[in-house]
Amino acid sequence: MVHFPENTVKKVQEIMARYPEGKQKSAVLPVLHLAQEEFGWLSVEAMDYVASLLKLEPIEVYEVATFYSMYNLDPVGKFVFEVCQTGPCMLRGSDDIISYIGQKLGIKPGETTPDGMFTLKTVECLGACGYAPLLQLGKHYREHLTREKVDALIDECRKSSGSLN
Amino acid sequence: MSRKLLLEKAHVEGIRNYDVYRREGGYSSVEKALKSMAPDQITDEVKKSGLRGRGGAGFPTGLKWSFLAKPAGVPRYLICNADESEPGTFKDRYLMEYIPHLLIEGLIVSSYALGSNRTYIYIRGEYAWIVGILEQAIAEAKANGWLGQNILGTGFNCEIYVHPGAGAYICGEETALIESLEGKRGNPRIKPPFPAVKGLWDCPTVVNNVETLAAVVPIINLGAEEYLKIGIGKSTGTKLISACGNINKPGVYEIEMNISVEEFVYSDEYCGGIAGGKKLKACIPGGSSVPILPANLLLKTAKGETRYMNYESLSDGGFATGSMMGSGGFIILDEDQCVVRHTYTLAHFYRHESCGQCSPCREGTGWMERILKNIEYGKGKMSDIDLLWDVQRKIEGNTICPLGDAAAWPVAAAIRHFRDEFEWHVLNPEECLKRNYGLAHYADPRTPAVA
Ligand SMILES: Cc1cc2nc3c(=O)[nH]c(=O)nc-3n(C[C@H](O)[C@H](O)[C@H](O)COP(=O)(O)O)c2cc1C
Ligand code: SF4
Ligand code: FES
Repeated sequence: MVHFPENTVKKVQEIMARYPEGKQKSAVLPVLHLAQEEFGWLSVEAMDYVASLLKLEPIEVYEVATFYSMYNLDPVGKFVFEVCQTGPCMLRGSDDIISYIGQKLGIKPGETTPDGMFTLKTVECLGACGYAPLLQLGKHYREHLTREKVDALIDECRKSSGSLN
Repeated sequence: MSRKLLLEKAHVEGIRNYDVYRREGGYSSVEKALKSMAPDQITDEVKKSGLRGRGGAGFPTGLKWSFLAKPAGVPRYLICNADESEPGTFKDRYLMEYIPHLLIEGLIVSSYALGSNRTYIYIRGEYAWIVGILEQAIAEAKANGWLGQNILGTGFNCEIYVHPGAGAYICGEETALIESLEGKRGNPRIKPPFPAVKGLWDCPTVVNNVETLAAVVPIINLGAEEYLKIGIGKSTGTKLISACGNINKPGVYEIEMNISVEEFVYSDEYCGGIAGGKKLKACIPGGSSVPILPANLLLKTAKGETRYMNYESLSDGGFATGSMMGSGGFIILDEDQCVVRHTYTLAHFYRHESCGQCSPCREGTGWMERILKNIEYGKGKMSDIDLLWDVQRKIEGNTICPLGDAAAWPVAAAIRHFRDEFEWHVLNPEECLKRNYGLAHYADPRTPAVA
């Protein structure tokens, strides 16, 4: 059985208190984010656990988890590079950055390296078009990317013990 | 220099902290509003100011507020739309990141005006680090008595909560946002009923953009009369523009809405001209959903008049020869950048973001993406261009929410103004990935091109 550590359970209660009595279903998006942070991705078990915390039917959680693109419904690498590929970023060379990362890591968008370290994903406009090309890694953006910066970032990840959040 | 009302203090050292913000005059609009104005007076002031929604549609904010139903004993809600996902748009992020207290201040005044005791900021999930910035600002405001119970002894109670989305452009549409905030999939609702009558948890609700709600602060501080004087005609106040694409100085600029597009593109105060010494080819001036314009129609209207950075001037000529102010996402393409490829990425975006409820949108966005992909990759036929035109026509106006139109318009405008570029792709299948069509009759009028 998966479960949250005590301080995360407390955080869940705090989140539930933001909504009026009887409207705790609203907590499902923020709590799924916590689950993904905790477990890396959203397994059926993790979603069932979220359902039990919020007193929802499991289907209510699955429905939501499958709608939103930030939730990983399959295991991902320790470091997930989510590179924006939409128009404004394309104009500033995101295609080249995506293929360069792919080449360096030996994977295509959507794939994870065999050692489980890196996942490469393409995503849609991240709301940072003026700082293109860029990617999201954990909670932060890495902006104004160049091939050199990608090299440095991959090194940084390889040397880091945590998740770089 | 444009006068700045929102970002004037954004770069004061430490302005993210309450003490600095307060020392710089922050929260004075809350004092003024709560101590000396009745809620309806604030709505009237916002009405008089001419403020128009900054999220994209430009609907008059005071008018929207006046539609809010007020049945006795039923809670009312204010929701701040910080979903900001329209390609080209990154202005709300800038405001929240650099001067978060301004938004909180605007939210308190607006919540008081509307009678919202629980106000939510719905922020796109990807802006994860901004959630922390906003929550800190909220905690500081509360610790200093601007939020909580009986604010300033007026009997008004208010809490503000930050609610993250999880990656879905459609949740920027106000009824999808409400569904999402209720913990559901982001499927837009059929209107009516409008949120002003039946919104969050079926209660009367107002949804406004980040920039709109922040603008309430200078309106209250200066008074509507003064605010009106800034800008021009029905485009009052200042507007945040996020400029991107191939320009020298991408970034967020606060402008008075009486400067010309030419000044905005070429002046060093703003975009600083086209990067790499290139020429301007085209621009999408108001976020990816609004029509693209070739350089000649961007700088001057079809009648040859100067085009200005405001609601009226940008839409001069309708969709035939004009565009829209939209969200203020200003995307520039240079002479070597491909309109077909850019339009293809947008079609991909809308297909990906369609919630799938209505078949014209769900199927049509897929069709448009496939056809554009074929043309871009040298596999298109001449008849595909007409087919594409047909498909976008069948989406427009036939869907539950405006995402369908938003997907159709960029495609329609690209064909309308750059048909020759599409044809070139069909006729030169070997070359269309290797080189670009370049400038033709739509060249930058400042630096006439050799076609
Ligand atoms: C597909 C779609 C996406 C939208 N995205 C946003 C958004 O990210 N932010 C926003 O403020 N408004 C967005 N809007 C507009 C909202 O529905 C709504 O009109 C707006 O939040 C109202 O606020 P305003 O009057 O202050 O502009 C979107 C509309 C549509 C149809
Ligand atoms: S127009 Fe598209 S996004 Fe809007 S409700 Fe219909 S299918 Fe969903
Ligand atoms: S297009 Fe990439 S951040 Fe907007």
